[in-house]
Amino acid sequence: MAVSTVAKPVPKARRAKISDRTRKERNLGWMLAGPAFLAMVLVTGYPILNALWLSLFDYRLTDPAGREFIGLGNYAMILTDGLFWRQFGVTSLITVVTVAIELVLGFALAMVMHRALHLRTPLRTAILVPYGIITVVSAYAWAYAFSNTYGFVNPLLGLGDFDWFGGTWSALFTVCVAEIWKTTPFMSLLLLAGLAQIPEDYLEAAKVDGARAWQRVKRVILPNMKAAIMVALLFRTLDAFRIFDSVFIMTAGAQGTETLSFLAYRQTISRVMIGLGSAVSVILAILVVLIAFLFIKVFRTDLSQARGDRK
Amino acid sequence: MVHRNSAAALLLAASVLAGCGGGTGDAKTLTYYIADAAQQDVAQRCAAESGGAYAFNIQRLPNNAAGGREQLLRRLAAEDRSLDIVSVDPPFMAEFANAGFLRPFTGDERQEFSDGVLKGPLEQSTFRDELWSAPLYGNTQLLWYRKSVLQKAGVDPSAGPVTWDQLIRGAEQAGVTLAAQGRRNESLMVWVNALVASAGGTILAEGSEDLPANQVRGELDSPAGEAAVRVMHDLAVSPAAPAGFSTAGEEDSRAAFQAADGGFMVNWPYVWAAFDSAIEEGSLPAGWKDDIGWAAYPQVNAGTPGAPPSGGLGLSVSAFSTRADLAVEAIRCLASAQSQKEFMITAGNPAALGAVFDDQEIRDMFPMADEIRTGMDTATPRPVSPYYGDVTGSIQAGFHPPDALDPATTPREANQLLEDVLSNKRLI
Repeated sequence: MAVSTVAKPVPKARRAKISDRTRKERNLGWMLAGPAFLAMVLVTGYPILNALWLSLFDYRLTDPAGREFIGLGNYAMILTDGLFWRQFGVTSLITVVTVAIELVLGFALAMVMHRALHLRTPLRTAILVPYGIITVVSAYAWAYAFSNTYGFVNPLLGLGDFDWFGGTWSALFTVCVAEIWKTTPFMSLLLLAGLAQIPEDYLEAAKVDGARAWQRVKRVILPNMKAAIMVALLFRTLDAFRIFDSVFIMTAGAQGTETLSFLAYRQTISRVMIGLGSAVSVILAILVVLIAFLFIKVFRTDLSQARGDRK
Repeated sequence: MVHRNSAAALLLAASVLAGCGGGTGDAKTLTYYIADAAQQDVAQRCAAESGGAYAFNIQRLPNNAAGGREQLLRRLAAEDRSLDIVSVDPPFMAEFANAGFLRPFTGDERQEFSDGVLKGPLEQSTFRDELWSAPLYGNTQLLWYRKSVLQKAGVDPSAGPVTWDQLIRGAEQAGVTLAAQGRRNESLMVWVNALVASAGGTILAEGSEDLPANQVRGELDSPAGEAAVRVMHDLAVSPAAPAGFSTAGEEDSRAAFQAADGGFMVNWPYVWAAFDSAIEEGSLPAGWKDDIGWAAYPQVNAGTPGAPPSGGLGLSVSAFSTRADLAVEAIRCLASAQSQKEFMITAGNPAALGAVFDDQEIRDMFPMADEIRTGMDTATPRPVSPYYGDVTGSIQAGFHPPDALDPATTPREANQLLEDVLSNKRLI
């Protein structure tokens, strides 16, 4: 969803002095990417429009005869329901906590990967392993780890038979741990790309000027990485906001750990209330687009950085 | 972003491939969706005995009830013609039947598949006076106890029916646990239904089978609802509740019962075979089962008979099957007395036919055969409703976590939630 909004804003300003060569390259680009783009629009466009249409109905899959057009009724109901706002809060909390911690950890890991002199490949592989594991599998692994019957966490911390999944905060904590473990490598990968783009000269010059390690990070590395950091934050925030798998496996939404994706799942899949579920999904999609908009327009995230167009 | 999408694409590809697997095959191959691996052995025998009249293409459903329901719902709603025989968890039958997903059995077939079937399994296969599933097995919960703790606990279930209150106090007194399923999933619904029914009430008002969703009324705001909430809350806050009570499913209950401070447990009879496996594995000592007793499901009020839970599995013919007659023919074998007996021996799930319990081999293997049979004959199935998904979802939301329930407010609030959800006024 967000990726398709990504490519747009760059060229406009330069339209005036376009050369023949550029135009030909652009045409070739369209011819190569066009068919795929068209297929993409058809494949994603139909379900999106269909979901918009269905969200205007009171429609239960198992009761096709009872289908009834209710306009924006579903939206009104969702936005006035306390459960929606509660789950909006839970989702936002998980997003903020996990993305913040991932940023710090990811940065540290990126520095390690960037600076390591020996065993670079094994090191990078090791750091990336969690990212290669399917989310459902990692969620199960962590669910077992925190289990009070067969988990290793309780014996390790001397917690006896404490039930991590029995309370809202402890359950949310386990979900966050699983998410952070799983996606920090993705964050560090994006940050590593940013780190690699900082010319060594800058750092050497800073060193010569007598800047200490922390000063070099604060005055040279971070300012030069701002674009990469913003892109990493954007990608991870969009992703974290749609969290579903870990919650589904670890708590099944019990103890108030349900997120907005879970709300959509329960209405659409469990209750087969297709109209209501579509409305929740549309709201979720709008929120995701808003987050992307916020990052791109307000924080002025330069997405061309991620594509390596500029230095 | 990208990684989630590619994972989803893989999943989609996998399910598309699985779907294709079901579509092919000749006119004699029936696609059979099974919920339990043991169904496959029975199916193979039936196919062999049919002398080539039919063969099976076996497809496995997810092994939890909700997952199985969701997969069948999606396929049936898409009018998937590759499904012939589906294994339907009884509480979901009415939903499927109401939507026109299942082919009801004809008068003669109905007679044939309900003859000799115990009350619980039969009731939950019938909707608007038609039989939609041929019961393959039934199920009910028993009260399991350790004989060695009875004296200290001051209760003796073997002497006659006991109440939940007696069990809770007894377990506290003896310093042991009373395990039940407080997890927020279908097993919580099973417990709530059994408690409400034991207290003489129902979850949905009588006659709600034929009403549109927004006219269905709940009956939880009643003395029965209050009694159910009181038992759940009392147990959840009692020292007799095993650790992690609000997240405990059937297997967690069994683990708590097998622990050193285990005392009492309500659970399905599969645990009897599971104890054997635990002994074989060495996690329980050899003579452990000698200490185990069983009795009828506990009562809520002394003197009012308990209403044990009812479970099981039914075989239904898809309304979109192009080989319905052949499918019925196959079900004659798949759900026969012999198949039910085999199934009971391999999977540990009780037959739905009363006669199977008279079989000597079964009686040797299941010393509690009579209690199971009585349980299934006095069981109260979960509400038979075309909107069961909403009913169970609301109950699970309204009655969880058990330690936070309040007999003074929960029945009214849960009832309101149930009715609001059914009339599309609230989310769950």
